[in-house]
Amino acid sequence: MSTISPPLETAEPRSLPSIRREVLRLEPSQSGTVVRYAELWEFREVLYFIIWRDIKIRYKQTVLGLAWAVLQPAATILIFSVVFGLWVQLPTDNAPYAVFALAGLLPWNFFQSGLSQAANSLVGNSNLLTKVYFPRVLLPLANVVTGLVDFSCALLVLFALMAYYRVSPSARLLLLPFPLLLAMVASLGVGLWLAALSVRFRDVRHLIPFLLQIWMYSTPIVYPASLVPERLRTAYALNPMVSVVEWFRWSILGTHTLSASMVLTSCLTAAVLLVTGLRYFRKMERTFADVI
Amino acid sequence: MDDLAIQVAGLGKRFRIAKRRPRNDTFRDAITRTMRSSRRWMRDAMRGRIRRESGETIRALRDINFEVRRGEVLGIIGHNGSGKSTLLKILSRITEPSEGYADVYGRVGSLLEVGTGFHHELSGRENIYLNGAMLGMRRAEIDRKFDQIVAFSQIGRFLDTPVKRYSSGMYLRLAFAVAAHLDTDILVLDEVLAVGDHEFQKRCLAKMREVTQSGRTVLFVSHGLDSVRTLCDRAMLLEQGQIACMGSTSQVIDHYVNDGKLGVPTSLSVAGESDAEGAIEPVRLHSVSVLDPAGNPARNLDMHDPVTVRIVFENSFPGESYLVQIRLKDQYGSWVLSSHNEEAATIGGEYFLLRPYPAGLFEAHCRIPGNVLNDITYTVTVVIGRWEGDNVGPTLQADHVATFTLHDYSRADRNHSRHFIGPVRPGLVWRTDLAEAA
Repeated sequence: MSTISPPLETAEPRSLPSIRREVLRLEPSQSGTVVRYAELWEFREVLYFIIWRDIKIRYKQTVLGLAWAVLQPAATILIFSVVFGLWVQLPTDNAPYAVFALAGLLPWNFFQSGLSQAANSLVGNSNLLTKVYFPRVLLPLANVVTGLVDFSCALLVLFALMAYYRVSPSARLLLLPFPLLLAMVASLGVGLWLAALSVRFRDVRHLIPFLLQIWMYSTPIVYPASLVPERLRTAYALNPMVSVVEWFRWSILGTHTLSASMVLTSCLTAAVLLVTGLRYFRKMERTFADVI
Repeated sequence: MDDLAIQVAGLGKRFRIAKRRPRNDTFRDAITRTMRSSRRWMRDAMRGRIRRESGETIRALRDINFEVRRGEVLGIIGHNGSGKSTLLKILSRITEPSEGYADVYGRVGSLLEVGTGFHHELSGRENIYLNGAMLGMRRAEIDRKFDQIVAFSQIGRFLDTPVKRYSSGMYLRLAFAVAAHLDTDILVLDEVLAVGDHEFQKRCLAKMREVTQSGRTVLFVSHGLDSVRTLCDRAMLLEQGQIACMGSTSQVIDHYVNDGKLGVPTSLSVAGESDAEGAIEPVRLHSVSVLDPAGNPARNLDMHDPVTVRIVFENSFPGESYLVQIRLKDQYGSWVLSSHNEEAATIGGEYFLLRPYPAGLFEAHCRIPGNVLNDITYTVTVVIGRWEGDNVGPTLQADHVATFTLHDYSRADRNHSRHFIGPVRPGLVWRTDLAEAA
């Protein structure tokens, strides 16, 4: 290394405003790094803009625009009603099949679209990952939050059906944010796992449809949870979506399948998924830009 | 050390690169190979040792130590693959170092490309906000600078049109306009100037000068030595991941330009000649130099004189034939021409192709006549391909192994200096007659 000594004297003094200076040390991160929540708060505007962008572009250049968020669940419910309600005649705990199925489908759609989009969020935004810094966890998080828009639109379908079938709303509806939050936690937890994995293994993208299909049939959407023997239900609730869907049904139709132990089990699974997902994501985060 | 902006100590970065696999010539080969490797994997797994990541690590950066003071503008130069981008990526937190550390005092804004996060479906207005946020601006800050950004970009009434309908020039102007208004303590820039038409580049350069004189700390990476010369107080030359020299801009540029050994030797390995583990390298590139008419290595030449590119390489496989090619890029990174030592493509039958090469050292000379290229800076890329009967086989490619600048000395002292656009300036034949008297 041939060194030319830097001419220190010639560096002319410029007017330097005295400001508070924060030092940031960039170094190899230690294993078992914690999630820096303070930093997430600092970057809240980036999160806001990612969500804002995703909502803006979701229905760009479509003729029907946001109406798709209503039409999609409506069409699915029509199909379900014909196949499972009229033809197979699945039991519904004495509720009109369309309302029964939609009460399950709404949180499920929210969960599955959040999950699959979160899982693809890193690969889909690889141009951002290699060019700017922000906490990477914002990308899957934004995708899960964006799903709330579609969810709210689809809620209108539910209210319309409830009015049509004269299902009277009760105060239990006010508790809906809780199962929704549970669905969000579960969706983000799994989404984080899959997003981090898919940076290295693109196979993940092809596996997601199967995963979701299996998951959907192990969730009481087209059938009632009461079909599962009572003693198995707590184990059944290891799938957090079981409690989410049954909680929705309880709020809307007043079915009584849900028990406290089921809710507790589901919350626990969801929490474990989220915590481990966050940890794994953090661990892999530092190599994203190199590997993607 | 109160006026420190960046302090870097012992910084290094390793990448794991996949080992090159031998070519699968047939589907059957591919299957047997897969079978063999999975059998080996099983055997290893049974013995309880799963082989970690096959492949080797390369050190993109090693032992980087330097300091940048507040308000200083540091230029970083070096060839492709010398570690410039990796260094910028570490400083802008996109990737982590593998060893050492960098202390950064204050907010860092990085512009590693123009238009990061732009979305084609969104309008210009929306993209200003989106891009600004991605670069680290606060919303209030964007609100405040919005009018300035729009004015600088000159997109005017297209503000609410989706950017996918923009011309590429408008797109670049808008993207640069946002970036130019990024107001952080430390600014990290990567070659973002090398875009747009001549006129816009001039405006960008003026804006850049304004930024560098505003007392902010700037790290500036570029291939364009001219912009480094005009913008930077100090410069750093990176070579193969290490600091080759650091000091005043003119000293470092001199060092860079006059050092003949630029990134070579590079070698070519051919798959299939031996086991993949120990592939033999049949061709080794020794040096690439640019010669003036007297045959002396030079970096600054007269555009009216011929320029000769000399490529020295070694063949260790007697009987092979090779195709030697040079490719020129202009200072904006666009290809200008390529030429190879094939019969049809050369003047005077100096070709060597299809003749088996004995083992030994070879010198290929390519003479570019005077009055062909323009008075700008060019970089030379050398490609050596193995001739396999009817096509060119595995290729050695050495990017940007030499650079030279042409000057129009004959016009330099005339006072009506005109700019000639384009990467070439061949001497063309003109005749202007009076066709019809008035």
